[in-house]
Amino acid sequence: MTDTLEIRDLHVEIEGRPILRGVNLTIRRGETHALMGPNGSGKSTLGLVIMGHPNYEVTAGEILLNGENILEMEADERARAGIFYAFQRPIAIPGVKLADFLRHATTNVRNPQRKEGEELIPMREFRAELKEKMSQLRMDPDFARRYVNDGFSGGEMKRAEILQLAMLQPKFAILDETDSGLDADAVRLASQSIAEIGGERMGLLIITHHDKLLEHNPPQFTHVILGGRIVETGGPELAAELHTKGYDRVRRDHPEASELNDRNNEVEQPQLAET
Amino acid sequence: METLQKIAFNRQGFDALMDLLEQPEWLQDLRREAWQHFECLSWPNHRDEEWMRTDIRAFKLDQYALVAGSSDSFPSGTLSEGVDLGGRLVTLDSMPRVCELEPQWAERGVLFGPLMQLVTEYPDVIRPHLMTKTYNMAADRFAALHAAFWSSGSLLYVPRGVAMKQPLHALLALSDGSADLSHTLVILEEGAEATLLAESCSVPSATNSAPGGFHCGGIEMIIGPGAHLRYVNLQDLGQGVWQFGHQKAVVHRDGSLQWTVGALGSRLSKVNQHVELVGPGASSQVNGVMFTEGKQHLSYHTLQRHTAPHCRSDFLYKAALQDNSRTVWRGMIKVDPGAQKTDGYQRNDNLLLSDSARADSIPGLEIEADDVRCTHGSTSGRVDEELIFYSRARGFTRQEAIQMIVTGFFQQVFDRITIESVREALGRAISRRVREYE
Ligand SMILES: Nc1ncnc2c1ncn2[C@@H]1O[C@H](COP(=O)(O)OP(=O)(O)OP(=O)(O)O)[C@@H](O)[C@H]1O
Ligand SMILES: [Mg+2]
Repeated sequence: MTDTLEIRDLHVEIEGRPILRGVNLTIRRGETHALMGPNGSGKSTLGLVIMGHPNYEVTAGEILLNGENILEMEADERARAGIFYAFQRPIAIPGVKLADFLRHATTNVRNPQRKEGEELIPMREFRAELKEKMSQLRMDPDFARRYVNDGFSGGEMKRAEILQLAMLQPKFAILDETDSGLDADAVRLASQSIAEIGGERMGLLIITHHDKLLEHNPPQFTHVILGGRIVETGGPELAAELHTKGYDRVRRDHPEASELNDRNNEVEQPQLAET
Repeated sequence: METLQKIAFNRQGFDALMDLLEQPEWLQDLRREAWQHFECLSWPNHRDEEWMRTDIRAFKLDQYALVAGSSDSFPSGTLSEGVDLGGRLVTLDSMPRVCELEPQWAERGVLFGPLMQLVTEYPDVIRPHLMTKTYNMAADRFAALHAAFWSSGSLLYVPRGVAMKQPLHALLALSDGSADLSHTLVILEEGAEATLLAESCSVPSATNSAPGGFHCGGIEMIIGPGAHLRYVNLQDLGQGVWQFGHQKAVVHRDGSLQWTVGALGSRLSKVNQHVELVGPGASSQVNGVMFTEGKQHLSYHTLQRHTAPHCRSDFLYKAALQDNSRTVWRGMIKVDPGAQKTDGYQRNDNLLLSDSARADSIPGLEIEADDVRCTHGSTSGRVDEELIFYSRARGFTRQEAIQMIVTGFFQQVFDRITIESVREALGRAISRRVREYE
C-alpha cells in the first residue's frame, strides 16, 4: 500500500485568531504537489502544523499518516514517522556543528525506537555518507563544521535544509520556499537535487512563489490557498497560470476567501505602523 | 605543618599558628598586619554594594578550623586527563601530598611546589611579590583572614626566557567540613611561558552528598614583559562549601594571559577576579563557564583594569542555571586616563534552565581616556522554544534538544579555550548536569 498523508478539514488558530479554515489535502508517496497562495494565506502555518509546532492550536480536523491521526504526536515523533518540513526561515543553533546535529538527527530518524543515550551511527560511516551527499549538492565539506544556520546566508540556509532532506530521507516532505534566497544557478541545482532525492521516493508538498523549482519537479497537483482554505486544485497548468498572471482571477472567483486573507494580513499593519 | 592539630580562626588560633610556623620575620609581619585588619573589619553585609545580592548570614566562621586532614585518599581531578604533564602538586586539607616537577624544568630554574615550604627556601623570589601589589589584605574581612592564616598553596616561578611546553597540574582537595586557606602565587619572568591547570574539589563523602567546608583562597599572578600564561581554574567543590576568594593577575608589557574559569561547585561563592594590564601591548582573555544547580549561589565580581595604553582585554562568561540556583556577575572595565587605544570587551550570557533560577548580570564601564574602544553586553533568558522545535522537527527528543542547545551555548567559550583536556573536562561536567527541563 502507498504511504498516504491526509489532511482533513483542518482548522488552526494562533492566539485565538483563525488562520486555517478547513484545509483538505491528500498526498501519496511519489506524488508532487505545489501549494501556492499570496502572502499570509497560511502556507507556512500548514507546514508547521503538519510538523507539530506547539504554538498553533488545531481546533478541528485531523492529519492522518496512513490512516493514523498524528495530531497527538510530538514533532520528533513525527520526524521519526517520516515527516519533514524544510523551514521557510531556518533557525540557528549557535555552537552546534551541522555535522553533529545531522549525525544525531539521522540516527534518531533511522532508528525510530532509539532511546536517549544509545549509540549514534558510527562516525566513519556517517562522515562518508555526509560527504557524498554534500558533494552531490556541490557543498564544501567544511560547511558541515559550521554551526547550524548560524551566520549562514539566506541561500546557505536553504541548501542546508536540502542537505538535511537528503540525509533524513523522509516519506513526506514539505518544502517551504526552499527556492527563495537562492541565486539562479543554485535554484537549478536545488531543483535537480530535490527531484533526485525526492522524486519518486517521497510525497512532496512544494510551497513556492517561483516557477523554477516546479520545472524540475512538475507537480501532478497544484493547490491554491487563500484565506486559510484551499480554494482551487488543478494540474501543472494552474501553477503556470498563477506565475504569469498572479492571483487576481482566483481572488475574483473566491471573494469571500480573498477578503479573509486580506483581513488576516491587516491585523498586523496597525502594529507595524506604530513602530 | 606536620604538627598542625587544630587552629581556630581567633586570637588563640592565630598565636598558635605563629608559634607553629617556621617562617621568616617579614612574613610574620605580614600576617600580623593582616590580623590587625581582620580585627578591625566587620563581616560584609547586604549594605555593601558587592554583597547586597549575596547573603552570608548562615556562614559561621567558628564552625571551621585548620585541621590536619583525616582522609587518605583524594580525587585525581579531571583537567589533566591524557595530558603530558611537566609537574603535579596535590594538596589535601592544606597538606601537600604529591609534589613533582620534571627534572628538565627544575634544571632550568623553574620552581613549582607548596608555597609554605618554598617561601622559606626562596625568599628572594617570593618576597617581592607575595601580598605586595597583587593582593589587598584589607579588601574585606575574608581577604584579611586569608592573609593572616594562609597555610598552604602553590608557587609557580618560571625564570626569564624559559618556555614550559608541558602544562602543570595543581589539585586541591578538601574533605567534608574542613577549611582551606591556600594561596597561589605565579610569577613569570620576562619572556617566560607556562600553562597551569588548577582545580579544587571536595573529597567524596560516604555520609554527605553535598560535602561542606570553608575555602578562603587567594591568587596572585605576575606575568612579566612578553611572558605568556595560560591559567585554568576549575572549582568543583562540594555543594556545602563556602568559598571566598580574591584573585588577581597583573600583565606587563606585551605579556599575555588566558584565564579560564570553570565554576561548578560550592554552596556559595563570592569571588573577585581582577586583571590589570600595566604595560603597553599587554593582553588578557578571560573565559568563564558556570553551571549551577540546587540552591547554589555564585557571585563573581570582575575587573578589567587598563593602566597602560595599547592593551587588550577580552572577557566572556557563560552560565547555565538549574533549579533554584543563582548567579551574580558584576563586571567592570576601568580605563585609566593614560590608557589610550584600549580595546576592552566584556560579555556575560546566562541560560536559565528553570523558572526559579535567577541570574543578575551587571556590566559596567569606567573610562577616563578618550581614545578607546570598549564594548559590553549581557543576556539572560530561557532556552528558545524555536530552537527546540527546530531540533525536534529533525528527530531530537526535547531532552536531547536541550542538552545539545546548552552544550552549544557553552561552545562559544570552549572555542576560545586552547587546551583540549580542559574543553573535554568542562564538556563532560556540563552534559552530566543538564537534566529535566520544563
Ligand atoms: N506565530 C504566529 N503568530 C502570530 N501570527 C501568525 C503566526 N504564524 C502565522 N501567523 C499569521 O498567520 C497568517 C498566515 O501566515 P503564514 O506564515 O502561514 O503565511 P504564508 O502563506 O506562509 O505567507 P508567505 O507567503 O508570506 O510566507 C498571517 O497573517 C500571519 O501573520
Ligand atoms: Mg510562508
